[in-house]
Amino acid sequence: MITATDLTLTFGKGTPLENPALRGMSLTVNQGEFVTVIGSNGAGKSTFLNALAGEVMVDSGKIIVDNQDVTKLPTYKRAGSVARVFQDPLAGTCEGLTIEENLALAIKRGQRRGLSAAVKGRYLEQFKSSLASLNLGLENRLGDKMGLLSGGQRQAVSLLMASLTPSAILLLDEHTAALDPKTASFVLALTTQIIEQQKLTALMVTHSMKQALEVGDRTVMLHQGQVVFDIAGKDREGLEVKDLLELFEKQRGLEITDDSLLLG
Amino acid sequence: MLSNIAFYGAIETGLIYGLVAFGIYISFRVLDFPDLTVDGSFPLGAAVAAVLIIEGVNPWLATGAAVIAGMGAGAVTALLNVKLNILNLLASILTMIALYSVNLRIMGRPNIALLTEETVLTPWYNLDLEFHQVPVVLFTLVVLVGLVLLWRFMKSETGLAMRATGANPRMARAQGIATGAMIVLGVALSNGLVGLAGALFAQSQGAADVTMGVGVIVIGLASLIGGEAVLTPSSVVRALIACVIGAIIYRLAIALALNADFLGLQAQDLNLITAVLVTLAIVLPGVRTSVIARLTRKKA
Repeated sequence: MITATDLTLTFGKGTPLENPALRGMSLTVNQGEFVTVIGSNGAGKSTFLNALAGEVMVDSGKIIVDNQDVTKLPTYKRAGSVARVFQDPLAGTCEGLTIEENLALAIKRGQRRGLSAAVKGRYLEQFKSSLASLNLGLENRLGDKMGLLSGGQRQAVSLLMASLTPSAILLLDEHTAALDPKTASFVLALTTQIIEQQKLTALMVTHSMKQALEVGDRTVMLHQGQVVFDIAGKDREGLEVKDLLELFEKQRGLEITDDSLLLG
Repeated sequence: MLSNIAFYGAIETGLIYGLVAFGIYISFRVLDFPDLTVDGSFPLGAAVAAVLIIEGVNPWLATGAAVIAGMGAGAVTALLNVKLNILNLLASILTMIALYSVNLRIMGRPNIALLTEETVLTPWYNLDLEFHQVPVVLFTLVVLVGLVLLWRFMKSETGLAMRATGANPRMARAQGIATGAMIVLGVALSNGLVGLAGALFAQSQGAADVTMGVGVIVIGLASLIGGEAVLTPSSVVRALIACVIGAIIYRLAIALALNADFLGLQAQDLNLITAVLVTLAIVLPGVRTSVIARLTRKKA
């Protein structure tokens, strides 16, 4: 479970480029919930995710993950309870390390690292069976450098790495946005499969309203650093993109001008 | 072309610079941290070892102290970068400059002679070996032990965390790796190896001198890049072997260049030769690739 209360964050405070990214943003995600987050450019989606992960520190407000106040903790101290997949397929893995070395890094996420061999014999079966579940033939390429894989393959492995050890929440930051449509739908299907199988609590930022309604069990829309609406359960069933837009206009009395949101 | 003594001398210093190249491999390659501290930590290691040896301390203990001193110097550079947010290159230059004064303070004078003292090499002269072969045998052992330990470390959980820190810090943090601590540990380890090299160099050359660190970074880099040009560093162990091979080739090339009378080169031309060799080592792999590409295209 994760609770964010009244988060504020302003970039470039006191400069001409002052940019308030979060303005009193609050959100509670319950155990086992899969929440999709939408919003136009600059709505604060990525900043919110970065604040949850610890990559940026909020100016005020409180972030509680699994009953622990993590507001002031740096990224690496939160990593035990927060797993992430980035938008850039190259960002979630190390291309100079082998597939098994990347997985070995991930299996120790948030734990103490000692001087014993990183890639242990007893990990290999687990690595192989989880790679086999991707159906990409990677289970026979454990010793290959990560850099030899395509963007889609690397994103699939990133997803696997994020789910290799338990976490309180999985953060997905537009993780299919940089992939071609076919690979994107493969990675998205894989995402829902992993989240369902392991009953993960997840927060997925997406640029596409369609995608936001298709997967997950709750949808949150951000606008100007705040939650403008939050729908789940019966209200969300059968909802279409045009309904979302109407809902948004009704709530805010605003026109959405960001074409990418309409087209996505 | 080379006399026996000049040949063994080149191997001996090559092995010592192999240790320096290990250190530079950790900072420049593993951590992507351009660290010039080595120009100060090399004479620091020499100074600490020399002072302790003339005080009558066991030479191996003195050498161990030199390693710790080197690690301290590296830790200072890394902390300036990590805690005070000073640019890594600048942080290392600050430490390097400061070490010049520190080294003079440690030695109390610009140089200390060790010719008559007992060093780590002394017991080995009792073995049935030629005089100029002794340092080669001992330093080969030291380099081999260092290579195996470093290789094992880079394959360990902590070593892997260090490699991830240099390759993709954002991913490393997301995996719960304290990247700042990894940088401190790595740069300390790197300069500990350089301190060791300085201590051994002083003992084999018979003196520690405050100016002996000038250009160590360039020689170390030349060894690293030259080794990588000869042996493609596709794995950690190959990269480490490349460091040693590069350092030995570099010293042999220097010895050959200085011994080839028809070239008319003298000792003062050393830095010029180094610069030329480094340039060649950087450029040649590219030339080789394009030549191979052209040849295979002709075949096809």
